[in-house]
Amino acid sequence: MSKLLEVKDLQISFNTYGGEVQAVRGVSFDLNKGETLAIVGESGSGKSVTTSAIMGLLPKSNTQIKNGEILYKGKDILKFSEKEMQKIRGKEISMVFQDPMSSLNPTMKVGNQIAEGLIKHRGLSKAEAKEKAIELLRKVGIPKPELRVKQYPHQFSGGMRQRVVIAIALACNPEIIIADEPTTALDVTIQAQILELMKEMQKDTGCSIIFITHDLGVVANVADRVAVMYAGKIVEVGTVDDIFYNPKHPYTWGLLGSMPTLDDNESEELYTIPGTPPDLTNPPKGDAFAPRNKYALEIDTMYEPPMFKVSDTHYAATWLLHENAPKVELPDAIKKRIDSFLTKQQGGNKQ
Amino acid sequence: MARYILRRIVYMVITLFIIASVTFFLMKMLPGSPLKAEDKLTEEQKQLVLESYGLNDPVPVQYVRYLGNLLKGDLGISYNFDNTPVSDILIDRLGPSMQLGLYAVLVGTFFGIILGLIAAIFHNGFWDYTSTIIAVLGTSIPSFVFAGLLQYIFAVELGWFPVALWGEPKHMILPIIALAIGPMATAARFVRTEMIEVKGSNYIITAKAKGLSNLERVWKHGFRNALIPLVTVMGPMMINLMTGSMVIEKIFAIPGIGEQFVTSVVVNDYPTIMGTTLIYAFGFILILLVIDLLYGLIDPRIRVTGGGK
Repeated sequence: MSKLLEVKDLQISFNTYGGEVQAVRGVSFDLNKGETLAIVGESGSGKSVTTSAIMGLLPKSNTQIKNGEILYKGKDILKFSEKEMQKIRGKEISMVFQDPMSSLNPTMKVGNQIAEGLIKHRGLSKAEAKEKAIELLRKVGIPKPELRVKQYPHQFSGGMRQRVVIAIALACNPEIIIADEPTTALDVTIQAQILELMKEMQKDTGCSIIFITHDLGVVANVADRVAVMYAGKIVEVGTVDDIFYNPKHPYTWGLLGSMPTLDDNESEELYTIPGTPPDLTNPPKGDAFAPRNKYALEIDTMYEPPMFKVSDTHYAATWLLHENAPKVELPDAIKKRIDSFLTKQQGGNKQ
Repeated sequence: MARYILRRIVYMVITLFIIASVTFFLMKMLPGSPLKAEDKLTEEQKQLVLESYGLNDPVPVQYVRYLGNLLKGDLGISYNFDNTPVSDILIDRLGPSMQLGLYAVLVGTFFGIILGLIAAIFHNGFWDYTSTIIAVLGTSIPSFVFAGLLQYIFAVELGWFPVALWGEPKHMILPIIALAIGPMATAARFVRTEMIEVKGSNYIITAKAKGLSNLERVWKHGFRNALIPLVTVMGPMMINLMTGSMVIEKIFAIPGIGEQFVTSVVVNDYPTIMGTTLIYAFGFILILLVIDLLYGLIDPRIRVTGGGK
């Protein structure tokens, strides 16, 4: 598989009144053609900042991109001018946002909002673009698209609006779609529909998807590969199987262990990761996760762990993988929970 | 849509009726009579005049008679201006006032919007501060100060325009500028604030993610959304200008309705007061209706039923 996008050692800071917030602290990952990469992590771990940087959507006034490269088809788009980025956005890389209620212009007809990109990037005439908009609405599963193109966003439900947002993202056949928590603001039943739609669209167009989420159920459902982020870094990356069947990083264990499942009974308390994420204005020395990690070693407080290779596809940044480290196995309770989660997930997929 | 407008018109008639009644009784409660002391009439003559105007009848009788005439479209005859019908006075006087007010609002909002947009696009830059200063000056300095300045600079010193009077287009320019500065400043402030807020909203980020340029985002996505609150303040502003430009009318010696209204109140010219009040009220309600319709035009979410297709 060819690499479509390579992010190399990306470091991004925000200047705030409280000081410099190091939101992204050296993130590297690849995105291959046609694959879905899920980026998971809790709020503030730098997921959205990383992808906003790819789109060039970060506010110029207070953002510093301190280091790193974002290579799209071999070219560093961080060095692109605003004009050049305008040709990338929407055409090569497009985005599906979290909140469909506010990400559509309330005073513009839905059809025009879809057609806009087509007119700009593909040079279509208004009439052609409108035809295409109808076609796109049909494709994303909106009934009576001929009627719907002439309507305004407030005449659509939340799920329908997210379909429109997806239609906008798909309009110019982009190579990459970045979906920033596209199902978070939706009802559970609608979530499943939207995920299904995105999978279908990917099959159709062969585009790559970067899927940002904190919902591991969604990850298991849509992703080929997973990158787990914590405190502005990727702590573990691997295929879905690697992450769910053979997780290596204690933070990943914590994430997987805190998933609720249908088998939960009242006597058993749901596992939570103790403590809170570190303050990124002043990131801790050593491993940022160490203070919350009961398996932390002394070296964790002094040196940051490098990425250890587990297999060709699987890497994790924890000193536990060092050859001299004590052997720590995945706790049984978490293992049980993951197993029950995965059987449910597979059962769910078969239906 | 048609039904909505029809319903509004019915309400309008009811409102006008209430206003007419309230003004009628308020006016009757005012001390004094249309006859001035300096008229030097004997008691007998006074009674004759009052009788001829029907002012000796009981108030309810006068009220019913007034409403009856009103229904026929008869506003009565002025006591003061040589027995001219009130409707003639109003038509004569209304023209200049409305022209002046309307042009001032149009010119003011147009330049205000441009000023506000410039400020929002160059947020916190040189142009933003410049336009903010202009806006602050415009809101805080009363229009009659500008009027005097304009007269002095452009009429007295430079001699480009006449100092005062009314009739030809060149007479209108200075008063329009003097009146337009207020609405311009208000519009600029509103458009700027709203535009800056809109620029940070999610749909503008969506537009950016589509690959639109800054200008396209502001113009195609921001502008219309930023206009909504402006429409709200435009209405009262417009009414104020079309009716309340009394001072400016005085300064530029414009034969407008504002000036004439004050005179009528001073001399207890009942029919003219009533007529003018009704015209004001009518204009007010009409503008409110226009504004409600404008809302729908700008924002599809508040379009009245059946209006959007």
